[in-house]
Amino acid sequence: MANASPLVNPVVKAMGEEPSFKIGDAVRISVRYPVGHYRVPTYVRGKRGTVTAIPYAGINNEDEGFGKNAGVKAYYYRLSILLTELWPGYTGGASDRLELEVFETWLEKI
Amino acid sequence: MEEHDHSHDHDHDHSPIESPGDVPPSYYEVMETSLRELLIEKQLIAPGEIRRQLEVLDSRTPALGAKVVARAWVDPEFRSRLLEDGRSACEDFGITFYDDTKLIVLENTDKVHNLIVCTLCSCYPRPVLGLPPDWYKAKPYRARAVKEPRAVLKEFGTQIPEDVEIRVSDSTSMVRYLVLPRRPEGTKDFTEEQLAGLVTRDAMIGVITIEPVN
Repeated sequence: MANASPLVNPVVKAMGEEPSFKIGDAVRISVRYPVGHYRVPTYVRGKRGTVTAIPYAGINNEDEGFGKNAGVKAYYYRLSILLTELWPGYTGGASDRLELEVFETWLEKI
Repeated sequence: MEEHDHSHDHDHDHSPIESPGDVPPSYYEVMETSLRELLIEKQLIAPGEIRRQLEVLDSRTPALGAKVVARAWVDPEFRSRLLEDGRSACEDFGITFYDDTKLIVLENTDKVHNLIVCTLCSCYPRPVLGLPPDWYKAKPYRARAVKEPRAVLKEFGTQIPEDVEIRVSDSTSMVRYLVLPRRPEGTKDFTEEQLAGLVTRDAMIGVITIEPVN
């Protein structure tokens, strides 16, 4: 991890470690409310965005954090979400947006 | 701390990194102390490691980030490496990263103004800026930065034109962000050191822009 490039982790990937989404893909963030602390803020759940970068791969820390062996790595995606998508009635600039990283297991293809 | 009938000349030491003993420790302080003592007892960490880490954290200040920004303003090659891989460019520049975080440097332009926040807690580019200001960790900023960034910026005295896109980055993973502010007008003849002197913490969080120099 220490020498990872911010764009794509330069490690040799095992099976199942290829990114499922590519830059430019439109995605929707899942609506789930599991118990515990999850690094997917509730205000983005169910919202649509676009993949702008694939900064790195990691194990599923939601499994690992609860004592399950998370196994293979998957990717974190940097998403761009319009503020008008996040907040109906948003009156700032039409292209004002939010960017954040979301783990692959939370993303749905649209 | 009831039933406190033993003398205060007792000789067990309170850890020097705990808060002064004039108030009883809170629930979370007790939990932190227990966990730390357990980790030491199990030899998972050495007694000096947490103290050393605090020393490292306290040694970081916004002056480091300011040097990075000034270098990016005067050296286009460094600037492009910084935008491509913030962490490795900073490491090459002599700033060590003591954790597993990555760094994305967000460049402000005449079309985009970046703002950083951590809605879930207080993630911040600590290796290059040190500890975050209190308002950055407080709920009003965390909640409002993603919902009404222009109103928040206005309260900081920052007016961003309507046709400039506001891009708010919310730190939710191992990625941290540093805003690369626009170089102010009137600094053509400035040395790198003089430029670094103009770059403030708040400009690298993105809540202000740097004023032109007359």
